[in-house]
Amino acid sequence: MWQALRNELHPKGFELVAVGLDTLGGAGCRAFIEAAKPQHPSLIDQHHVLADLFGVINIPSSVWIDERGMIVRPAEAAPAPPQPGGPTGPRVNLPSELPQRFVEIMGEAAKIKSDAQAYHDALRDWVNNGSASRFALSPEEVVERSRPRDNAKALGHAHFALATQLEMDGHHDVAIPHFREAHRLVPESWTFRRQAWSLEKVIDGPLQRFWQGPDPTKPEAWPYDGDWLADIRREGAENYNEPWRP
Amino acid sequence: MLLRSLRVSKREFEAGTGWNLKPEGACQGDICIPLSKPAGDPVDVRQVANDVGMPLVESPEHGLWALGPASIGSRTLASAEAPELTLPDLDGKLFNLSSLRGQKVLLFAWAPY
Repeated sequence: MWQALRNELHPKGFELVAVGLDTLGGAGCRAFIEAAKPQHPSLIDQHHVLADLFGVINIPSSVWIDERGMIVRPAEAAPAPPQPGGPTGPRVNLPSELPQRFVEIMGEAAKIKSDAQAYHDALRDWVNNGSASRFALSPEEVVERSRPRDNAKALGHAHFALATQLEMDGHHDVAIPHFREAHRLVPESWTFRRQAWSLEKVIDGPLQRFWQGPDPTKPEAWPYDGDWLADIRREGAENYNEPWRP
Repeated sequence: MLLRSLRVSKREFEAGTGWNLKPEGACQGDICIPLSKPAGDPVDVRQVANDVGMPLVESPEHGLWALGPASIGSRTLASAEAPELTLPDLDGKLFNLSSLRGQKVLLFAWAPY
């Protein structure tokens, strides 16, 4: 979805680096990357090092970095730009009748707010004006606006990293308590939650990874306290992204 | 940082944590944290992690340890200087974020779920 905006800005000394956060690696990301045919670097982050290094807690989000390697905007929600020619996702054969859970998930997702126009205008302003742009923050403000982190949250990140490697090594059941600890210690992270939920095989078929919640016929088997639909309802879809600050 | 052993080479430790081990301590940009004893090579991970305040989570029965990030100044970023980021593309080829110095970069996080 970012290809058109990236191509518009690339001649001005701008590059986009897309990072897919998925413990399943290429198996999870490949169809999306191949459908998007990116001309920019497109990388895979199986352990969510973007969370450790930059404080990414949600997707889609972005970090802006200038020519000297200084962060000028820390992690924040990054709404997708309009894509001429329509969406570029992989073709998914949807069941003719969507399960009720998906109808409800799509209803909640439609309520997620983002200030796309203001964000993309700010990006163009920064690419054109560099450090003179009012959207390029000072180093002090970048640090100040980066996510709060204490020892407990740092411990949650370690549990998450361990869980992802256990999952990759085939120890799914052993990974779950570490994912749960990560969720408890870093409750603001949607990516820590959605990653873990998306690894539970509750239904079969192309929508498996999007189910992210209990099997209605045996809800007691669901290993997490929350799920995508329950959590977005509890927290409010309108609060999924923090309001964009210029 | 994920570990298969609690003793790793200095180079591996520095690349994995972003902390450079110098005579004055563990350093990131201008910030240096003194160590209780000089870090050798290989690095005693438990000691350095304890000195720098990086949490260590263990699963020794699976031969795995994970080191969480430090939380200097109660923020994710201790400095606005972008840390090095090295990740593979779909073909497994490693890419360094620092190779784009001289261009403005938008690092974009997405997920297929």
